[in-house]
Amino acid sequence: MFRTLAEVFRHGLKNRSFVIGGTISLLFFLIAFLSYFWTPYPVEDINIAEKLLKPSAKYLLGTDHFGRDILSMLIQGARNSVIVAFVAIGIGIGCGVPLGLMAAAKKGWLDELIMRFNDLTFAFPSLISAIMITAILGPGSVNSIIAIGIFNVPVFARVARGAALSIWKREFILAARSAGKGLFKISIEHILPNIASMLIVQATIQFALGILAEAGLSYLGLGTQPPMPSWGKMLNEAQTFMHFAPQLAIYPGVAIALTVMGLNLFGDGLRDVLDPKLRRRR
Amino acid sequence: MSKIKIIVTLIVLSLGIAINASSVMAAKDSLNLGMVLEPTHLDPTAGAAASIDEVVYANIFEGLTRIDKNGAVKPGLASSWTVSEDKKTYTFNLQKGVSFHDGASFEADDVVFSLNRARAEDSVNAQKALFKPIESVTSKDSNTVVVTLTQPTGSFLFNMGWGDAIIVDQASADKNKSNPIGTGPFKFSKWVKGDRIVMVRNDAYWGTPAKLKTATIKIIPDPAAAVSAMMAGDIDGFANFPAPESLAQFKSDPRFTVVIGSTEGETILSTNNQRGPFKNLKVRQAIAHALDRKAIIDGAMFGYGTPIGTHFAPHHPAYVDLIATHPYDLEKAKQLLAEAGYPDGFKGVIKLPPPSYARRGGEIVASQLRKIGIDLEIIPVEWAQWLDQVFKKRDYDLTIVSHTEPMDIGIYARKDYYFAYDSPKFQALMEKLDATVETDARYKILGDAQRLISAECVNGFMFQLAKHGVWNKNIRGLWENSPVQANDLTEVYWVD
Repeated sequence: MFRTLAEVFRHGLKNRSFVIGGTISLLFFLIAFLSYFWTPYPVEDINIAEKLLKPSAKYLLGTDHFGRDILSMLIQGARNSVIVAFVAIGIGIGCGVPLGLMAAAKKGWLDELIMRFNDLTFAFPSLISAIMITAILGPGSVNSIIAIGIFNVPVFARVARGAALSIWKREFILAARSAGKGLFKISIEHILPNIASMLIVQATIQFALGILAEAGLSYLGLGTQPPMPSWGKMLNEAQTFMHFAPQLAIYPGVAIALTVMGLNLFGDGLRDVLDPKLRRRR
Repeated sequence: MSKIKIIVTLIVLSLGIAINASSVMAAKDSLNLGMVLEPTHLDPTAGAAASIDEVVYANIFEGLTRIDKNGAVKPGLASSWTVSEDKKTYTFNLQKGVSFHDGASFEADDVVFSLNRARAEDSVNAQKALFKPIESVTSKDSNTVVVTLTQPTGSFLFNMGWGDAIIVDQASADKNKSNPIGTGPFKFSKWVKGDRIVMVRNDAYWGTPAKLKTATIKIIPDPAAAVSAMMAGDIDGFANFPAPESLAQFKSDPRFTVVIGSTEGETILSTNNQRGPFKNLKVRQAIAHALDRKAIIDGAMFGYGTPIGTHFAPHHPAYVDLIATHPYDLEKAKQLLAEAGYPDGFKGVIKLPPPSYARRGGEIVASQLRKIGIDLEIIPVEWAQWLDQVFKKRDYDLTIVSHTEPMDIGIYARKDYYFAYDSPKFQALMEKLDATVETDARYKILGDAQRLISAECVNGFMFQLAKHGVWNKNIRGLWENSPVQANDLTEVYWVD
């Protein structure tokens, strides 16, 4: 049942979406990481004299309406997306998984309470709720992380609960129970390792959604605030230049699309690799 | 067969003609004018927002005098007036046969009521200072009003032409916020909140009737949407287009006319003079030296705007060019900051309202001030928040806003104004100005006032907002400049 990372990787190499998605995602993370050490130009420096330049050797992708280097902004924006999506997923897993495990273990009224609360949060479209939350807490990257994180909680709670319920019916759990292990111990020692693969797959998908949500909020001016660049904000600022400098919108748009596609492909591939049932069928 | 053909052809033809005719008719006497900001309400006597005047001034409401497109004082509801020898008594002869939109007749009592209401203790008028010199308002007969002043006031007739001094009817005055009833050439029809305000021609108008039958103000807050709406023809024009970067595109499009005019909008880096480091004159001087006006105008306004060195419109004859007193000089700025006790700079907050001059200008200003070590956190705010936090509660360090009222240097004499600038010297100057009637003497005092606020660097003086008019080339009669906050539609018409 439990495979080593190397084994997962070996199987993965045979899966096309795993390879393509993984490569794009890896590249994305490397670029985001790179921004901590180096960007071609500092992104906060506005240099009006060099605004709206076409791509050249000096500015590989040209400059925006403030004369900032677009490549640097994209690199910095990648980091920004990673941080927001990563922390938001952390919130989702940190709160959602324990809730889901608890619901599966205790059942009864606690299960009902947690799942109905989940339904309640699910009932609101997540981006609209995130807008609402940032409107109340005020715009800013921290608040957008919280807003996106909150909407990851029910997703993970639901996945954890569903997967855990099916594991609870298995014989080895029965054995553990008859050996006198408590609900909490079983959840941690037996259930969690068995549902981990599903959670990881869900996490990659939520990661992509988190990046989209961050871009959406920043586009609306509720996420990352100036002078920090963000892909969504770049899109917004590019709007009025669409007719004569469309590249300003194309670069961040392509960056968002490519990253989200890469992460989704990677998530799909990973699911195929990790799910033994699916693999056997092939 | 041929009969059917003929009938079909006839039907098609007549339909075509009908459609043509209706579209021509619709284009001839209706106007869709775009506006960025939606007014909070429609009563210019109860709010400071320029957007109110930009809808109702001269269209729905009129005052005793009116300001025309060149900024000159013209007769309004007062057909003529005489001024006494001592310049303290004004006798206004009112227009005859004027009625309000609800049918009530306009008489001297309405003028007395309106002016007394505006200057009363509990008045909510945003420009109460305009009415301060008034000692009494009395009606001599139903067509004559006598206003006596406590002291000669040179700008009194101009002041009576402001949107804040319009004449209302006692019966409908309290409902003007949602249902404005005035005497103007247009009647208020409906207001679809967040979308549009519709006015229709007042056929019972006392003066020259308007040429447009309906005028619709469409609210389009988003600059990108404004570009699209213009290109699609959903909107016939913008008196002040919100995206200066698009003007080049409109200029090259034969469907449109682009008219760059002047406004009374001094765009300034407003500073809270009572807060933290900004109390220190040297800090404010350092900021003045760190502002690169050309970069701000090029970056935020795409070159449209005139640099200013004080709070005064450059096209006004009393303007004094003070840009050179604080030239762009980073070394000097750093040195001043060090002298003030902040060699490593400090942190502050800049709150930015929605217009692009503020949001973009703010990012540029923050980047410029970072060069001398002032690290500004940028907080974008909506207008309502701005009015509440910045304007009312003074909870801010720096902000950017354009003061679009004409001749508004007097605000520096208000010590409770949001700049929190309390200078007895300036207040004395303004008192002297109020008491002076003679033009040359007034200009001299205005010059001194400009020099004083420039020397004290009360605010960061950046640029005079340009008016980027973009409209269909067949429209005539829209204002090129904005001497007052207004979109006067009375003389607007279409040509073929």
